[in-house]
Amino acid sequence: MTQDFSLTQEDLMAKYLFIESRDPYDSADSPNLLELVKGVRERNQDVMLFLIQNGVLATRDGARHSERYRDLARAGVSVLADSFSLRERAIDRVVDGVKPAEIERLVGLLLEPGTKAIWH
Amino acid sequence: MAKTLTIAIMDPPYETANTTTALRIVNAALTQGNNVTVFAYEGAVNLTMKGQQPHANPVKGTSVEQEQHPTTKDWIASLFELARKNSVKLEWINCGLCVDERGAGDWIEGPRRGSPKDFYEAAQKSDGILVIPAK
Repeated sequence: MTQDFSLTQEDLMAKYLFIESRDPYDSADSPNLLELVKGVRERNQDVMLFLIQNGVLATRDGARHSERYRDLARAGVSVLADSFSLRERAIDRVVDGVKPAEIERLVGLLLEPGTKAIWH
Repeated sequence: MAKTLTIAIMDPPYETANTTTALRIVNAALTQGNNVTVFAYEGAVNLTMKGQQPHANPVKGTSVEQEQHPTTKDWIASLFELARKNSVKLEWINCGLCVDERGAGDWIEGPRRGSPKDFYEAAQKSDGILVIPAK
């Protein structure tokens, strides 16, 4: 028996909310998540990336790998960084394309109809 | 109108930032007037253990009072209080098998025993679902 992996109408209407808690310096699979985010966006899906905990580390303006978030934002991904996590790490200037956001925003996104949340 | 958020968590207390983040999310959702269901799985069943005690910090030479060491059971008790104050519902379900494995059944007031079936049913009824796995 073969499985059907074709997209359903629900899949096509979904908003994908990726929550990244890991950083590219410590976690070798962090770049893989960003590739996944990019790939889903290239399929014309509504994609959001919410960075939290050490996930915000590479958003510091000028930091190595920060350009990845800028490129995702240019590709149409909404890239948000948890303000609390930024403050904890003394990051007061983030790379272009990344917007600081409060945790309440994350709750709002989680409760939006059609959102599929993926934690990493 | 209140919505319902279901969160599954698996990390034990005092190990990772995931716990703090999960409790922040629950706090924000309740503050906004939403209902929340938490399914505590694996080590996360220890979060609500009643016997947790704050401690002094001998390295810094601070007392228990000065240290103000937070315990997860106190955080979660305050979330139940917040839910009551906001007239919304916080349902906290501890996985029964995980509890038995760990001998972790002495909880603060509020949580109940359940199974992954409860998580599935809560997810079916929820407006939003978040699973925070252990690393």
